[in-house]
Amino acid sequence: MQTKTRQIWKVVTASSVGTMIEWYDFYIFGMLAKTISLQFFPEENPTAALLSTLAVFAAGFIVRPFGALVFGRLGDLIGRKYTFLLTLVLMGVSTFLIGLVPSYKTIGMVAPALVLLLRLIQGLALGGEYGGAATYVAEHAPANKRGLYTSWIQTTATLGLFIALVVILLVKLNMSDVAFNAEWGGWRYPFWISILLVLISIYIRLKMKESPLFEKLKEEGKTSTNPLKESFSHKGNFKMVLLALFGAVMGQGVIWYTGQFYAQNFLETKCNIEFEQSRTILLWAIAFATPFFIFWGWLSDKVGRKWIMLLGMLLAILTYRSIFKTFMEKTDVSAWNTKLETINNQKEIKTYGDSLIVTTTHLNFNTGAKAVMIESVTNNATKIEYKNKHLSSQTYWEFVALVFCLILYVTMTYGPIAAFLVELFPTKIRYTSMSLPYHIGNGVFGGLVPFIGLLLTTTYPSDPLVGLWYPIAIAALCFVIGSIYLSNKIDTNVVD
Amino acid sequence: MNSIKKYLGIVWFCLAPAIIYFLVQGAAANIDLAGKKDINNPLIWIIIISIFTPIAIGFMIFGWYAWKKEYSHLPENSDEIK
Repeated sequence: MQTKTRQIWKVVTASSVGTMIEWYDFYIFGMLAKTISLQFFPEENPTAALLSTLAVFAAGFIVRPFGALVFGRLGDLIGRKYTFLLTLVLMGVSTFLIGLVPSYKTIGMVAPALVLLLRLIQGLALGGEYGGAATYVAEHAPANKRGLYTSWIQTTATLGLFIALVVILLVKLNMSDVAFNAEWGGWRYPFWISILLVLISIYIRLKMKESPLFEKLKEEGKTSTNPLKESFSHKGNFKMVLLALFGAVMGQGVIWYTGQFYAQNFLETKCNIEFEQSRTILLWAIAFATPFFIFWGWLSDKVGRKWIMLLGMLLAILTYRSIFKTFMEKTDVSAWNTKLETINNQKEIKTYGDSLIVTTTHLNFNTGAKAVMIESVTNNATKIEYKNKHLSSQTYWEFVALVFCLILYVTMTYGPIAAFLVELFPTKIRYTSMSLPYHIGNGVFGGLVPFIGLLLTTTYPSDPLVGLWYPIAIAALCFVIGSIYLSNKIDTNVVD
Repeated sequence: MNSIKKYLGIVWFCLAPAIIYFLVQGAAANIDLAGKKDINNPLIWIIIISIFTPIAIGFMIFGWYAWKKEYSHLPENSDEIK
């Protein structure tokens, strides 16, 4: 019994570490997008700008689901172990190489072309990784603990984001902005660190054995000969793929992205909170919320997966607007009714031509809050903006608590979903069948959160929270479909 | 419950083309070659519409299956899926 428990923990550790590294690799590109675009995709070159768009959008939307198909098929044909070993190697090498590509200034158009290619490989590898890891762990786990063990895989996306944030923050805090953004500057370090992490993970994974269920199928000659055809052309399975996508993963995807990326972006760009605080708020919230992935996974083994996931969606639907409204209200400097300790102590006045006068004033409040007030006066109007807001300690922790709530919803929808997907499909086409809806739900529906948010904000500029209607609508649609069509029954037999 | 599942199928079936219509309309309204924002970029719209169209078709098929009572009973083991 003890050997069995030790064995399953080895499986969980090896799978989770590798998957977490893949998420880390995928996120550092997105988080360093601004620096990367300056280095590789200068806006003055239209072709480079085009490649930049492809790198950002195509990698997530097209290549991830495509990777799910390619590697899912491979995983159902040759086995889980070697397939997700391959995705790890591809991800690690492509990430490391991005950190080695000389800039546009040095090698011209070859630079953006290479970075685009490597980014596409990253997307492809990520598309193949998750399904393999979740399947591998689930196929080793005992039926009554499948939710618990697979929930460790579910922590990896958030932990990958956490590590990416920490690494970038540490590098950035230890050097000047100029040193960080230089051609061979600090922004490359997170890419180089990746190769070390990947080598460790490859070493661990090489020692692992193939999934026992897949081995059994192989011995019996029952593996699928054409997993793609069996997954998507057989009505019985295809209808379950559709149900997984529209009844669970689509809602989970938008909640994942809204709770983490959209929230961070909102705090930084809409609330104008300074760089360090906006990131540390997210870091604390992730640190406090991550154990709940395990909790919900464990609970789903007792009460079923369905209602935990749907409750997470419902809470998000009901509270998103009020949470984000609080962010707006609490960062409205004009409403900070506290005494100013010093005002106008660092006033700079710049005049542009004869029509624009910009006055920058550093404000310090007795609560510890700070802000930079920028007053632009033209012939016709005066515009006041507040930037680099530094929150008071109390507001800071209130924000941590609110972001914690957002991530708690993520843990509810995401924690049990691996076990849910594994139980929905038969062993011989499981890797293919579960990977595609997962990456469409997360890559496409989730990945579109910022874009649709921008679209809605541009169309209805009077409401700063209008961008939230997209995740709310998708989560609501998914909630209705999931409530009506999904079953809460735990499939104890995933050997079939 | 099975009747609700069935009749909601019509809603899903009709919702899918509506989503495509709104996406195409959004593209027509926002594409602007001189614009600087992401939503002005035609390439992004091409990517999004081309990836969303098969998903919307999938949603129509989901609605169709629901209408045909395919979800009245969910499979309880893999033999039922084959």
